Amino acid sequence: MNVAIVGIGIHPFGRFEGVTGLELGAKAVRAALGDAGIEWPDVQFAFGGSLAGSLSGAEESSQADQLVAHLGLTGIQFTNVHNGCATAGSTLAMGAALIESGAYDLGVCVGFDKHPRGHFNAKPEQSGLPHWYGDLGFMITTQFFAMKINRYMHDFGISHETLAKVAAKNFRNGAKNPNAWRRKPFSEEEILESRMLNYPLTQYMFCSPDEGAAAVVICRADRAREFTSKPIYLRSAALRTRQWGSFEVFAPWLSTERGHSPTVDAARATFEQAGVEPSDVDVAQVQDSESGAEVMHLSETGLCADGEQEAMIQGGETEIGGRLPVNTDGGLIANGEPIGASGMRQVYETALQLRGEAGDRQVPSNPKVGFTQVYGAPGVSCCTVLTT
Amino acid sequence: MEVTKPIAEDLFTETGDGPRIVGSRCGTCHTVVFPKATSCPRCGNDEMDEHLLAPRGTLFTFTTQGFLPKEPYTGPETEEDFTGYALGYVELPGEVMVETRITEADVSRLAIGMEMELVIVPFRTEPDGTQVTTFAFQPVGSDS
Repeated sequence: MNVAIVGIGIHPFGRFEGVTGLELGAKAVRAALGDAGIEWPDVQFAFGGSLAGSLSGAEESSQADQLVAHLGLTGIQFTNVHNGCATAGSTLAMGAALIESGAYDLGVCVGFDKHPRGHFNAKPEQSGLPHWYGDLGFMITTQFFAMKINRYMHDFGISHETLAKVAAKNFRNGAKNPNAWRRKPFSEEEILESRMLNYPLTQYMFCSPDEGAAAVVICRADRAREFTSKPIYLRSAALRTRQWGSFEVFAPWLSTERGHSPTVDAARATFEQAGVEPSDVDVAQVQDSESGAEVMHLSETGLCADGEQEAMIQGGETEIGGRLPVNTDGGLIANGEPIGASGMRQVYETALQLRGEAGDRQVPSNPKVGFTQVYGAPGVSCCTVLTT
Repeated sequence: MEVTKPIAEDLFTETGDGPRIVGSRCGTCHTVVFPKATSCPRCGNDEMDEHLLAPRGTLFTFTTQGFLPKEPYTGPETEEDFTGYALGYVELPGEVMVETRITEADVSRLAIGMEMELVIVPFRTEPDGTQVTTFAFQPVGSDS
């Protein structure tokens, strides 16, 4: 893929009383434009994503193209993307494909969201499920993560202590990230002893819904130096949905024939397209909706084999100074999950790391290859490979 | 006499050999699904036959619900008296893994692979006194 990221921008993640989701998104876009040294009228196209309005009937607009009212009515092609937790990743995949097609040279991809406390009151009918499924208390995403990791722990020998170590690392990384929401480290004991929400997952192992935005400016790779001295190249971005037999959220039943997760397919396609091996990755951001998701996504992406996580995490290999730093900005556990923004936060962090500009949380070994992965309902995954 | 009604029509039924939950079986590729469906998610066929699922299986995985669910949950508990419940997937060999309430909420008494059997249990009571029932699975040999 011949696409470069020449500008990155973020609005801090957290809670921002009196600021709309669109304002968060506009701030992230302005920051990315400033980073690329361009103005909004220079931008030829945009892809934007936000999910707030589609969940629990939030009143606020979640139509990303309304950003033009904040940034300027220049008449550009602006496409809304609505793809579960893979929304922001999808904006980048679609933006990159549009540049590859030759249609345009320079565009913006942005993701933002503003979820109130206790959001994500999914209704069964919205997912094509019968009413009784919600009646009985099955319409709860955290149960899926808990049941998936419980089986995985049984099959591959992952300990409760490892789940706690993942959360402790992400809180610790978040404490070094000025844009993170949760900036207080917790000990592994505090994490293990916090309230059991869905066995084996405790309260401090989970992320929470919040607010935030992130954006990038992308361009044709051969024009990158016009905008920056430190271009980051988007080598590939792939998006996949579930196959027969995969174990997904909100499923009244599963096939007895086991299939693999959409992340397996998305990651394979991404690495193949990039011509990069998982072992080449120097820094990775994966979806850590809770500790177990980070553990399982490491193997689903091919970054390790099933079961290797136990020794890898206990041995500190996924720490910032380790062999494969994972979720260096604190991941979802420290940043929270404004759904539309989440995948773009990962890309922002990876670009920052590859530029060597990540400050206190900079991966020390001069990283050159980065990887990102987001996973969401009802079984969609988006991965990217970025290089210097 | 106590009046009961199932939480949904066509979800489970009583037979001479005890209760069964109701799914569908594809007329073309013979894939079994739950609950009843009008088309097959495997081959896309739209001819599905009613299929009563096996009443026994093994526990594939489980979790607990440690906080009172918000809407659309309609269980009888309040914040004050909520003590949690268990749920999981029970593998019915050659058919499906069905997501289900589990009658045993103590995780120390649950284990992946254990034998489970279908039971019909009370779920909540309507304002007019009608008891709403649901399907659940219990460890084989436990008291119902």
